[in-house]
Amino acid sequence: MPGWLDDFLWTYQNLVHALGINGLLALSMYVVLAVGQLSLGQAAFMGLGAYSSAIMTLKFKLPFLLVLPASCIAPALFALAIGAPTLRLSGVYLAIATIGLGEVLRAVYINVDWLGGALGLSGIPDSAEFWMIYGLLGVAVVALWLVGRSGIGRAMEAIREDETAAQVLGINLARYRLGALLTSAVLAGLAGALGAHSSSFIGPNEYGFEPAVTILSFALLGGSGTPLGPVLGAWILTLLPELLRGFSDLRLVFNGLIIVLVVLFLPAGLLGVRMRRRAA
Amino acid sequence: MTALLQTQGLTRRYAGLIAVDGVDMAVQAGSVHALIGPNGAGKTTLFNLISGLEIPSSGTVRLRGQDLTALPADRRTALGLARTFQNVRVFAAMTVLENVLTGLHPCRAAGLAATILRTPRFRREERALVERARAALDMVGLAARAGERAGGLSYGDQRRLEIARAMVPEPAVVLLDEPAAGMNPAETETLAGLVRRIRDLGTTVLLVEHDMGFVMDISDTVTVLNFGRLIFSGAPAAARQAPEVLEAYLGHKVAARLAARVQRP
Repeated sequence: MPGWLDDFLWTYQNLVHALGINGLLALSMYVVLAVGQLSLGQAAFMGLGAYSSAIMTLKFKLPFLLVLPASCIAPALFALAIGAPTLRLSGVYLAIATIGLGEVLRAVYINVDWLGGALGLSGIPDSAEFWMIYGLLGVAVVALWLVGRSGIGRAMEAIREDETAAQVLGINLARYRLGALLTSAVLAGLAGALGAHSSSFIGPNEYGFEPAVTILSFALLGGSGTPLGPVLGAWILTLLPELLRGFSDLRLVFNGLIIVLVVLFLPAGLLGVRMRRRAA
Repeated sequence: MTALLQTQGLTRRYAGLIAVDGVDMAVQAGSVHALIGPNGAGKTTLFNLISGLEIPSSGTVRLRGQDLTALPADRRTALGLARTFQNVRVFAAMTVLENVLTGLHPCRAAGLAATILRTPRFRREERALVERARAALDMVGLAARAGERAGGLSYGDQRRLEIARAMVPEPAVVLLDEPAAGMNPAETETLAGLVRRIRDLGTTVLLVEHDMGFVMDISDTVTVLNFGRLIFSGAPAAARQAPEVLEAYLGHKVAARLAARVQRP
């Protein structure tokens, strides 16, 4: 790595990590939106990834290169468990149910002393590296892009546009939705583990309702037609507080204002394009 | 000879209403079979029961003798059922070609890994599917518009696109729900030719239609529903004279008068 890049990364390490991690979270939101589901469980999945990875590191002293891939197990199992009952729900009902699940987990973190209770877990080593975060983000963007442009992406768009028509064309709705939820859980879990190992501390309130809405706003701002849209949205909403540091009290006001403006004037998001597919 | 598609005692009850009431219908392979009846007779409900969008209260649906009743809609499609909708349901944001490619979903074999890795097999399959989709568009006369946004097509063209999308996996039976609705006489004429071609290509057609000229012209068999009950099934010419059919459409007084006139020498 050239010297200047090293210096830059050192100075802005927190921000650079946050950009990559929030990019992964935005992709986790994208995957469920791509099959027409409004799930607000991404923060809960992130929390499961963060807590399970922190426990593996702190209590079992496992190396991070083992902890990171293992951190998606708990969110994936949780997604499978909630998948069957919740995927029958749609629209705002699914959103409410997933918020509820997130709150249940928060209550568990607060009340179980082994998980740090209300104080959270601290002293997590700073083992998340730049290359891990951006490597995963790059792989995820490319994989989702390739899937989106294939017949699988076509089926996902069909479900999003008209699930009855999609079903009659032979598309198994439940399978696609569960697959999307699982992928979403894995991405959010990885992001949670990377976040926990970048910030040395995690607490129960970091994975509640507010981050859930922030993650949704990444996709709203960027547009959910392609995987790049939500990542762009995440980057803007992550950088903005840094640029507006002088107005830190008004940070949430600015975020809210942006969302309102986007919904009013750019309902498809900043990158309001749909995936182009080869028509050989 | 056993029928290709058969319903036995098919019933759908809603609270206080029996939409489809013990219907025994047999659709013969290679035929064009029309389902007619006054508004609210249960034709679309019967279609929904056959295609799996609604669960029957009792009775069975069989395709080639295989019981489909417990299968969800997507599995029935994989077994050779296809349908279009009364209110056109094309994917408006997709291109015309992509709409038809979506209809080939059950024919895709490439898994997630092959899709991400873009293996040669995946590419070959995708090329073959595009070719099939183009052939289907050619059949309905939309080949030149493959790259256009489906939502921008005229209503009649969207109907034809929906037919291409349903036909592209070469189903055994296709259910067409009011294919001629909203079409002018010239378009209806073209549609009749298309339905005959579909039959000649080996797909059995079951259609709901209100345009009686169209129905009499193209069907081999007509089934008449009234208040959810099957009241007649037979040749189109016989349907025109069956007293129970006249009564369902015209009321019993007019039907009686017509019957009297027919009997007079």
